[in-house]
Amino acid sequence: MINRAFSFCLTLTLLLVSVLANAQQQDTEKGALNEFFRSNDKIYVIVGVLVIIFLGIVLFLINLDRKISKLEQRDKK
Amino acid sequence: MARHWWKALAILLLIYVIIAGFTIKIPIIGTNGQSSRGLFFHVPMWICMYTMFTISVVNSLLYLSKYDLKRDVYASSAARVGAFFGVLGFATGSLWATYTWGGTLTDDPKQICTAIAILIYMAYLVLRISIHDIDKRARISAVFNIFAFALLIPLTYIIPRMVDSLHPGSASTPGFASKDTDGGMKLVLYPAFIGWTLLSVWIYTLLVRYKKLELKNIFK
Repeated sequence: MINRAFSFCLTLTLLLVSVLANAQQQDTEKGALNEFFRSNDKIYVIVGVLVIIFLGIVLFLINLDRKISKLEQRDKK
Repeated sequence: MARHWWKALAILLLIYVIIAGFTIKIPIIGTNGQSSRGLFFHVPMWICMYTMFTISVVNSLLYLSKYDLKRDVYASSAARVGAFFGVLGFATGSLWATYTWGGTLTDDPKQICTAIAILIYMAYLVLRISIHDIDKRARISAVFNIFAFALLIPLTYIIPRMVDSLHPGSASTPGFASKDTDGGMKLVLYPAFIGWTLLSVWIYTLLVRYKKLELKNIFK
């Protein structure tokens, strides 16, 4: 049940992301944030990439941690 | 939630390290160029490995004094996580060496000795699989683990410092003494040590908790 709810939320978020991406396509050239990511030979893009990968690994670890906690709780009963 | 604070600390420190590691100004020296930033990611892998192998050898010693099988589980889990971080450290070091030393696997003493040290721990993990009797496995691998640790220190710390090596910290190159590292880099390096070590401890506790569930008859 939880998995189904989770995948539903994920799909919804990903759909929203694509909508947002389309909406912003016109002004990727301007804006302080875009200028920041383009500065210094675009090194900050890769900083962002690493932060995303790291957060992904962390979310995976947190998920695993909670799953093991749940099993431990069930084991105690 | 309160007992998870150190995990949150690890995450925050590492996000800081990733962002600051790429953004701060570093001195550009010789062939290293910008690759000196690898210091914030390559060296902590070894700190994690040493932490894990130390936990492992302490638990092996405790196993041999009381023959408590829990200690064997702690020791083997720590050795597994330690070997994992060792491989990561070796891989990042090899990549770094490709562009600064002129070869991925060079005949540099630091690299060769470290490879041997990691292989010894690989042998420890293989040895464990090969023995089916739990008590025999625990005893033999505990003794092996102590020998492995006794070799780890001279192989990775002492020999590379006695001979000439391209790696920092050898006889002819600057080491990690307080004067050798730029002050700005230390502001990232030390949080990196703490953050990565906490992350490795987190992974280690996950492995131990999984083993506890798997081997219920030992953990009663």
